[in-house]
Amino acid sequence: MAEPAVVVVEDEPQIRRFLRAALTGQGYRVFEAGTGEDGLIEAASRQPDVVIVDLGLPDIDGLRVIRRLREWSAVPIIVLSARGQEPDKVAALDAGADDYLSKPFGVGELLARMRVALRHRARVGEESVESTLSVGDLQIDLGRRRVLARGAEVHLTPIEFRLLATLVRYAGKVVTQRQLLREVWGPNAEDQSHYLRVYMAHLRRKLEQNPAQPRHLLTEPGVGYRLLTE
Amino acid sequence: MSVTRPDPDALLARVQDEEARQRRGKLKVFFGAAAGVGKTYAMLEAAREQRADGVDVVAGYVETHGRAETEALLEGLEVLSPRVIEYRGATLRELDLDGALARRPALILVDELAHTNAPGSRHAKRWQDVLELLDAGIDVYTTVNVQHVESLNDVVAKVTGVVVRETVPDSVLEQADEVELIDLPPDDLLQRFRDGKVYVPEQAQEAVRNFFRKGNLIALRELALRSTAERVDAQMRVYMRDHAIAKVWPTTERLLVCVSPGPDSARLVRAAKRMAERLGAPWIAAYVETPAQLRLPAEARERVSHSLRLAEQLGAETVTLPGETMSEALLAFAHDRNVTKIVVGKPRRPLWKRILLGSIVDTLVEGSGDIDIYVISGEREEPAPVAPVRRRASATDWPAYGRAVAVVALTTGVAWLMFPFFELSNLIMAYLLGIVVVAMRHGRGPSLLASVLSVAAFDFFFVPPYFTFAVSDTRYLFTFAVMLVVGLVISGLTVRARAQAFAARLREQRTAALYAMSRELAGTRGVDDLLKIALRHISEVFKSQVAVLLPGTGGALAPWSGGQFELDANERGVARWVYEHRQRAGLGTATLPGASALHLPLIASRGAVGVLAVRPADPHALDEPEQLHQLETFANQTALAIERAQLADEAREAQVRMETERLRSSLLSSVSHDLRTPLATITGAVSTILENGARLDDRTRRELLESVRDEGERLNRLVQNLLEMTRLESGAVELRKEWHSLEEVIGAALSRVGPRLASRRVSTRVPPNLPLVPMDDVLIEQVLVNLLDNALKYTPPTSPIEIIATATDSAATVEVADRGPGLPPGEEDKVFEKFYRGRTDKGRGAGLGLAICQGVVRAHGGRIWAQNLPEGGVAFLFTLPITGAPPPTATDG
Repeated sequence: MAEPAVVVVEDEPQIRRFLRAALTGQGYRVFEAGTGEDGLIEAASRQPDVVIVDLGLPDIDGLRVIRRLREWSAVPIIVLSARGQEPDKVAALDAGADDYLSKPFGVGELLARMRVALRHRARVGEESVESTLSVGDLQIDLGRRRVLARGAEVHLTPIEFRLLATLVRYAGKVVTQRQLLREVWGPNAEDQSHYLRVYMAHLRRKLEQNPAQPRHLLTEPGVGYRLLTE
Repeated sequence: MSVTRPDPDALLARVQDEEARQRRGKLKVFFGAAAGVGKTYAMLEAAREQRADGVDVVAGYVETHGRAETEALLEGLEVLSPRVIEYRGATLRELDLDGALARRPALILVDELAHTNAPGSRHAKRWQDVLELLDAGIDVYTTVNVQHVESLNDVVAKVTGVVVRETVPDSVLEQADEVELIDLPPDDLLQRFRDGKVYVPEQAQEAVRNFFRKGNLIALRELALRSTAERVDAQMRVYMRDHAIAKVWPTTERLLVCVSPGPDSARLVRAAKRMAERLGAPWIAAYVETPAQLRLPAEARERVSHSLRLAEQLGAETVTLPGETMSEALLAFAHDRNVTKIVVGKPRRPLWKRILLGSIVDTLVEGSGDIDIYVISGEREEPAPVAPVRRRASATDWPAYGRAVAVVALTTGVAWLMFPFFELSNLIMAYLLGIVVVAMRHGRGPSLLASVLSVAAFDFFFVPPYFTFAVSDTRYLFTFAVMLVVGLVISGLTVRARAQAFAARLREQRTAALYAMSRELAGTRGVDDLLKIALRHISEVFKSQVAVLLPGTGGALAPWSGGQFELDANERGVARWVYEHRQRAGLGTATLPGASALHLPLIASRGAVGVLAVRPADPHALDEPEQLHQLETFANQTALAIERAQLADEAREAQVRMETERLRSSLLSSVSHDLRTPLATITGAVSTILENGARLDDRTRRELLESVRDEGERLNRLVQNLLEMTRLESGAVELRKEWHSLEEVIGAALSRVGPRLASRRVSTRVPPNLPLVPMDDVLIEQVLVNLLDNALKYTPPTSPIEIIATATDSAATVEVADRGPGLPPGEEDKVFEKFYRGRTDKGRGAGLGLAICQGVVRAHGGRIWAQNLPEGGVAFLFTLPITGAPPPTATDG
């Protein structure tokens, strides 16, 4: 397989420059676009494996780029945005973006996100969902509905299990509250975010060593949850 | 005689005197004994000399009376055109005051200082015009005759038999910087008069002929010379004071004159003024309001108020003293104020009354101690004209008389029943009781009637022969007489007690009203609220409509919106004048009396703060000096309250300005420092790598790069905080409250601070049963991150951090505690101020982190505070209120 291709849609040349340096060094082929329109053309012509989109673009806003890209492509999209704009991030994720990074960010973080995204993309092709996951002191076997924490079997209620299963399915990626609510409680529960608080607390109490300092089930305030895999 | 150094206070007073004088125009008075001595001529000559010296001279108003030599002098002088007023068909010419003020010459000539202005002029008297010109800094030359001097007025009247109604207050003449006596021997003046060189109005030929008699002229000349000499004397004393040539008179003298309702009261006041002047002593005019005087006819009360006003004009302090008897009140006051001399009028009580009730003078002398009592003959004088005051007819209270008759009838009935069983003397007692009842209820008249009727009824019904007024036994006449006298005395005493109680109540009401207002004002903030209270009280106490005018931002006077009546352009003009001159004007005063309201300046310690306009329901209600004084007291209270409010506002504004200033400067210093330091590190490290890239070993390069990354993160946090603070302050932050778990938010904050906590032992104590709390999780996470940052910044790198969450039914509390050095005592609150930075050698952060925490927590309705821990270190605690019940959560076993 050829080196993975990345399209970077970002209007700041300085940021493009350091992304090109960092990603090329990691074995990616990098294609740059300074505007949203150019970015869409690049994405169509280069057949990239990942697209990185800055939400604040000079011509069309990043959210529209994501929507138009999603009309014809399932390519993983990672959004770049500033802290304090959580609603924008949620909107981008709801529009189809796979993950996000708050500026300023370290290259290590970006590469981790890209790795997760690429892994998920690979799995979509395989059609079979990986049903076991081993992270740190957790072993999860979805098929057999078995969860071990530090070697001890943990009993989960059905909802807790569905919640954990959803997070496992998107392991490493952020999952918005809305998405979790929809997938665990059904479309009518999308506004009942307190369900999530309560059941996430239950899950942490059963799976984490110290629920107040979680290592696996992370909260991203204002956005959603993430099951850390690395 | 030893030469002493001038007393500093006296010197200061003189300096202040001179300063005031330098600002004001100078007044020169050409003073003469009578018309025709050549005052106008002398004034014009002096003016020509001034003009020759290059002084800008204007003839404001000069009466030449058609005399050729006078008119010749006027030639070549600029003459101000007079103001022409049509009044009842006559054309009157007056000094154009506004024209003169607009023209603003250096020197203006205004003839006939004592002149009374035509109705409709701004001031009633020309001397008021002159005072305004002086106030405007214009020098004035004017003329005056001796008979127009207020304090000499009655002397002149006595000498010549002519009462002069146009007078000039002595205070005006005392203000003159120069008085030039224009003297002409009486024979020469008579010659001029016979030659027709003295102007005489047609209609007054006869009177004037009587006036211009040698004897009169000699007396007038003497008066003029003497008063000029007295003035010179005074100037000499000023000179002596300036040069500290010992004391000329004991300054401890103080004179008190007793004003009475009698017709000679004004004379008494004038005499006292002359006496005080000769003594160089301050003087006080007092009116004693005894219960008896409350019943005085309106005319007598007017005389009292006129005398008091006159005394005020002559420079006295005036007081009204409440008291049981005149002598008692006077002596008490005199002792209080260290009065040395009391001036009273000769008693005019008939001899029998004096013997019976005692004479005021006698009791005064008895109780005077070391105070001298001067008794001045009470010669009648024409009452000076006073503003026509509508008489309030005291209607006879007929029903009261009816009831008096009824009471006597009833008493007679009772006596009739008693008659068979009791002695006659007992029946008399019944009648006396009836008289007391009438006196208590209905006052003097009815009780007198009751006394007489009682005697008559007693005689008619109970003294043989019955049913006639005839008396068989003449001894009964004595009984009647005693009965009548006792009845009259009892009724007199009762009525007096009643009147006293009434007077006391009245005084008490006034004092209570003032007290009520000041108390309410004291508890109020803000000019609008103060004025609302003041207007309500003043309008109630004085039964008036009240409005207030305040200077606007441009300094122009504008009616305050809460006034009780509309001020038309006319009234506003009066108010403006009052504001500028700080004197009352309008209704009932000598200035602009045509106004419908009385305008009082609101004067506080820093000057006029506005004008109070009072329109009484009864236009004469405020004529009494007592009422006016009372109103002025209310106005003063109001003015002081307004000033207090304005001062408070100013202080607050200054505080805010200072605060803003301080913030701005600390923002500048902190931002410039905190942005530059990391930038310098980054630039330095990166340029080192660029310049020496090859020569650096890996470890050094890595260290440099790590510092670039750390400083970058630090810059990021700083910018983040600045943005957050700006958003918080601009109100752009919208709380997105939802039910959240504190545990989760604490966890999120810890993972965000993440790697920087690596070397620390962080313990969390969050009970599993902690309820959900309504909050904006993003903002509260920021609070926790900032508190953790703060702990990282101010504590040693390995010291532990503890986070504790607790909750009650109504609030959750989160505590972030460290084991660092703690806060300096007393700074527990200061740390939340913007740009406050703790003592640290690292000098990190802009001092915004905790201020943001405070902003966020307060926006949640919570509280944040810091406390030093007994075991060392500091704990930051914040609470979040829990309101409402959390939404139900479906359980699944």
